Amino acid sequence: MMSDPVVHRVAAATPPRLAHRIRGLSDRTIAWLFVAPTIFLLLAVNIFPLIWTIRLSLTNFRTNRPNNEVEFVGIENYRRILTDEDTWTSLQATAHFLIWTILLQVLIGFALAYLINKKFRGNDLWTTLIVLPMMLSPAVVGNFWTFLYQPQIGLFNYFVQFLTGADPASFSMIGEVRLAPWSIVIVDTWMWTPFVMLICLAGLRSIPASLYEAAECDRASKWRQFWTITIPMALPFLMLAVLFRGIENFKMFDLVVQLTGGGPGSTTLLTSIDLKREAFEKWRTGYASAYAVILFVTVFGLASIYVKALNKVKDR
Amino acid sequence: MNARLLATSASLAIFVGATAAKAEDLTLCWAAWDPANALIELSKEYEAESGNKMTYEFVPWTNFADRMLNELNSGGKLCDLMIGDSQWIGGAAENGQYVKLNDFFDANGISMDAFIPATVTGYSEWPKNTPNYWSLPAFGDVVGWTYRKDWFARPEIQAEFKEKFGRDLGVPATYAELMDIATFFDEREIDGKTVYGASIYTERGSEGITMGAMNTLYGFGFKYDNPEKPYEMEGFVNSEGSVAGLEFYKALYDCCTPPGSSNSYMGEGVDAFKSGQVALQMNFAFTWPGFHTDANVGGDVTGYFPNPAGPNGDKFAQLGGQGISVVAASDKQDAALTYIKWFAQPDVQAKWWSLGGYSALRAVVEDPGFATSQPYAQTFLDSMAIVKDFWAEPAYATLLQASQQRFHDYVVAGNGTAKEALDGLVADWTETFEEEGKY
Repeated sequence: MMSDPVVHRVAAATPPRLAHRIRGLSDRTIAWLFVAPTIFLLLAVNIFPLIWTIRLSLTNFRTNRPNNEVEFVGIENYRRILTDEDTWTSLQATAHFLIWTILLQVLIGFALAYLINKKFRGNDLWTTLIVLPMMLSPAVVGNFWTFLYQPQIGLFNYFVQFLTGADPASFSMIGEVRLAPWSIVIVDTWMWTPFVMLICLAGLRSIPASLYEAAECDRASKWRQFWTITIPMALPFLMLAVLFRGIENFKMFDLVVQLTGGGPGSTTLLTSIDLKREAFEKWRTGYASAYAVILFVTVFGLASIYVKALNKVKDR
Repeated sequence: MNARLLATSASLAIFVGATAAKAEDLTLCWAAWDPANALIELSKEYEAESGNKMTYEFVPWTNFADRMLNELNSGGKLCDLMIGDSQWIGGAAENGQYVKLNDFFDANGISMDAFIPATVTGYSEWPKNTPNYWSLPAFGDVVGWTYRKDWFARPEIQAEFKEKFGRDLGVPATYAELMDIATFFDEREIDGKTVYGASIYTERGSEGITMGAMNTLYGFGFKYDNPEKPYEMEGFVNSEGSVAGLEFYKALYDCCTPPGSSNSYMGEGVDAFKSGQVALQMNFAFTWPGFHTDANVGGDVTGYFPNPAGPNGDKFAQLGGQGISVVAASDKQDAALTYIKWFAQPDVQAKWWSLGGYSALRAVVEDPGFATSQPYAQTFLDSMAIVKDFWAEPAYATLLQASQQRFHDYVVAGNGTAKEALDGLVADWTETFEEEGKY
């Protein structure tokens, strides 16, 4: 290490008084000095707001009523949220969105990755084209798809007509209760499947070719190779993709607001939209804080369990 | 030499300082829509007269309340002047977000008697019906209807309508007649194109469906509360008439709106009408000047009429529009007040109308030439005479979100009955007023 000329140059360039001070510090202190700004930043932008939110969640505070006396209400906000039918309706809508988007994105994303992983002409071009949707802004995508879903002029309805013969004006993807939950699933799948594909592709490309060569020598069929080599080796990557998409979609907001605004009725009112309305339209700050804490605990808890499972799969 | 230089510099500094104190850079916040462009044009005169420079912060309607209420609630200094929605007045007054204007009006000879009474109550007063003023009526607006006058005039259509309904096809006097017209035109072939009956408000995210449905509810007998006992809503919000009004609105949505109308508000209505998709269109009056000059539906193609009467002859229309206020957090309140003083002048208000802004000054709208000055002017006057407004309480946003959810759930999603929707609304609003300590 002492032979490193860079170290010598840095040492020579350090003012003697500073060098003297640093020499007087232990390694542990120096380490703390390096991480202190990050810890301070973390405390300021993550931990403090979290503690403040928990504190607010126990009050009746409203941001738009600064002159009102703030009262401590205990766990009343939590009780109201958990006994409110609308909360559960919203959680159901979120669960539907979460389950179906993840399922479709994993299936299609993995299939695309499997195909792209094969060498063929135009491979790079196809990869670029496939990943294009995830490069767009969700708000733009939401707006764009409202036109595609428009019953009279939207291409989506004409595509359905082409496949089924149904009159394009006879159904409205974002205006009908039975179709609206699927309309947001379709758009999110269109936009984020490429992301899952890229993660799966990384997983597939990390599998050593020697495993397949050994399987070929043992005369294992392609089907057997797929189930005994490809899937187990790519599984940690798949699980990682599910984790990322799960967390992202649990807090999905912009895309769905642009597409349906939570409607029709409350059919696509995801928890994040519901929370935003409580916090910034109804201005029930204390209530919304409790709602946010409940959602945070839910996501954090589920994610922790999932990460443990992911680590177990990796260690296998 | 040095003394002379020092004196010159001092004089220059005093002059610059004085000029800086006089000329201010004022920011006016409003919605991003056609009238805002007219106001920019109008305000050029103010800039020339006062030396103050005007800058503008215009936000699209769907985000307007979110953005501006955030600004007011956080004590932001972005806006010196705010043209805020009528329903904000209670919250803005009680939370000290607007400057109270009574003393300023008295000192400058501005009388609220000079403005249309409904706009003074709707845009300026808090508490309602008391002489406490927080804004100057700036833009009168109200929900009304446009119709395809050219289609109504076609002999073959007139004959078919008369044969079917036994009366002449014309501007509907009642909601029942309006429904007849909407069903008559719905899915009709006109000039080789399928057209639909009516475009109405159904937007879920901000205030759309409430601003639409309230019109029929008012006409059928809805009242916000017991006139004898404020905030008592049982039997008023969910009266038989209210239920019938909401059922009517849903029937109109189900039968006669163009496909894909589940989230329509002002912009979608304008598009539907201008593109020749609908025979009737519900919209705020601010859209009318745009139709009159449009290449497709301008001139004699479009007619205008106020809300028709309900089954008992009640005629009411949802109030829109805004007043202009001075933001209490602004450091330039004195300069902002000079803008309001200038804006209140009769000749400025007359020019405001000529540019497409709906003046609320009686001297303008009661001028003998006003009713014939534009084809929609009489309809505007008739509509302004029958206005009612949504709650303007400090908790209006919570009250509005409840109605948005209940109305959209029933009208668009088709969940439950109108009675259930209105019973639910009574429960939601009661809970809100309980939180507000009204009982």
